[in-house]
Amino acid sequence: MSQTSSGPAGSRPAILVEGLTKSFGDVRALRGIDLSVPQGTVLGVLGPNGAGKTTAVRILTTLLLPDAGRALVDGHDVVREAAAVRRSIGLAGQSAAIQEELTGRENLELIGRLYHLSKAYARSRAAELLEQFDLVDAADRPARGFSGGMQRRLDLAASLVGQPTVLFLDEPTTGLDPRSRLGMWDIIRSLVTGGTTLLLTTQYLDEADELAREIVVIDHGLVIAAGTAEQLKDRIGGDVLEFTVPDRTRCSDAVTAISKIGQSEPHVDGETGVISVGVGSRGSDALIEAVRTLDNAAVETRGLALRRPSLDDVFLALTGHAAEEDGQGNRRRRGRGKAGGRRGGRDAAKVTS
Amino acid sequence: MSAAVAASAPAPAAPSMFTQARWAVSDSLLIAKRNLLVWTRVPAFLVFTVIQPVMFVLLFRYVFGGAIRVKVPGGYVSFLMPGIIGQTAAFASFATAIALAQELKKGVIDRLRSMPMARSAVLTGRLGADTVRMLVTILIIVAVGYAVGFRFLNGFGPAVAMVVLATVFGLAICCIAAFTGLAIGDEESVQAFGLIWLFPFTFVSSAFVPIQSMPGWLQAFANHQPVTYVIDTMRGLALGGPVAANLWKSIAWLAGIFIVFVPLAVRAYRRAS
Repeated sequence: MSQTSSGPAGSRPAILVEGLTKSFGDVRALRGIDLSVPQGTVLGVLGPNGAGKTTAVRILTTLLLPDAGRALVDGHDVVREAAAVRRSIGLAGQSAAIQEELTGRENLELIGRLYHLSKAYARSRAAELLEQFDLVDAADRPARGFSGGMQRRLDLAASLVGQPTVLFLDEPTTGLDPRSRLGMWDIIRSLVTGGTTLLLTTQYLDEADELAREIVVIDHGLVIAAGTAEQLKDRIGGDVLEFTVPDRTRCSDAVTAISKIGQSEPHVDGETGVISVGVGSRGSDALIEAVRTLDNAAVETRGLALRRPSLDDVFLALTGHAAEEDGQGNRRRRGRGKAGGRRGGRDAAKVTS
Repeated sequence: MSAAVAASAPAPAAPSMFTQARWAVSDSLLIAKRNLLVWTRVPAFLVFTVIQPVMFVLLFRYVFGGAIRVKVPGGYVSFLMPGIIGQTAAFASFATAIALAQELKKGVIDRLRSMPMARSAVLTGRLGADTVRMLVTILIIVAVGYAVGFRFLNGFGPAVAMVVLATVFGLAICCIAAFTGLAIGDEESVQAFGLIWLFPFTFVSSAFVPIQSMPGWLQAFANHQPVTYVIDTMRGLALGGPVAANLWKSIAWLAGIFIVFVPLAVRAYRRAS
């Protein structure tokens, strides 16, 4: 299946993936993925830890060979024409892949020289990127002393030295504090207006919503949904009723009380006591009814409210588990970063999917 | 999405063979230069590579040396220095393994592998820089040796040959380390693994004590392992005496190590993940 709308008639997609599979031992990280990303657009690849996102990016950036299927990046086959693909792409992974002992400027100049730019051009390109990424003041200090946000900006700058036509960002804000995260979003948005095709993976639903018009949701190595953020939200149909039960032992009573109101099974977060249920277009009627039934059941609640569905709700509706949970229903703490960075992510991929 | 739409695109001009060869050299030099720059900026590296062998020199020369009886011209310090230099060259490989494991973990190797640079450059640049680092360290150790009474007794040419042999030996060990660093991919594990195999090979050899002083079963190992052949050759070159037999055995061993571990390291780099 073709996941996203194709670009203007006649233009080839910047990324085309058909039936891509990859296994590590008996773990099937990718089980037949299809993607099509028109030139100059952003595709958000959304999925929990271990869904296969990083595996897909590693295949598309020629770091890993697929078992089956094919992938074209900028028209070139990632297996047979890997060298041509490498001339077209930029990659920024889950950790800052920079040499901490070197200064920001030295890092970028070295990358430029390794792209076989002339010495003078590598120098001016580095200066230009330092300016663009607001790193001029720190440019001549060793990157070791940079904040996490600055290191990631430098890493992103490094991925752009070769002026790639297709850029891959694998979880660009994992492990960043909220303010640095917003800063990265601004930078990523400005890249996109510059016409770069971008494939962005994230486990943050708000990030995909914020940066990508087209989103594919992957889970356990399969694309389970695709469309715009709005289309995905429409799939769960209407509003969500949500409240917190401070006394966790009463959660099941609360679920029984509201089970007739919702259009779907209520979802209970055992850790936070937050209960949510889709109520379709019944809106305020459902709200009034919920107040009554919960009161009758003598369940104390807090923050009972109706809200527009988030992509979290979409994920829940699609997979039956929340985005931050793994397949076994174990709660993963959101935004904790990944232990061991990149490697942690890949190990998780091996274990979970 | 039909395949025809996406099938063929005009490839960006692929570089010629000549250009590729030129890039392989220039990329290696860039990586080597970067690694040497990093080395000079990390005091801990400098300490590990230079201070530690100096401490070994002083320890064996003045603490253990008095108790070790050797029959070579110039006494124990003459016996010791070729051993220390060989050990220093072998231990230089720790930095190779640790640096590669770190780069792998941090995603630096992923970044470089996703770029249109020469694929060989990360390894050749690393080994090139390590060779320079090793040579600098060896020359410092020779100078320290001279300060504590060591002298080359066999002329200038053989002395240079000894330094060259030590460097090639160190480079061979670095190839093993490059493989283990990339294959294991975790700096602490790599370091522990390095100690486990390098300690027996360097200490159960002729590097610090005459093998005759060891129990028979240990002599069997010590007499027939590559570190002993290399150190005995170096000692012959530094102090005079027969060299040929040990030199051939050394060359055979070193060639064997290169033949096995260079392809393994290259394969580990290509598959690095």
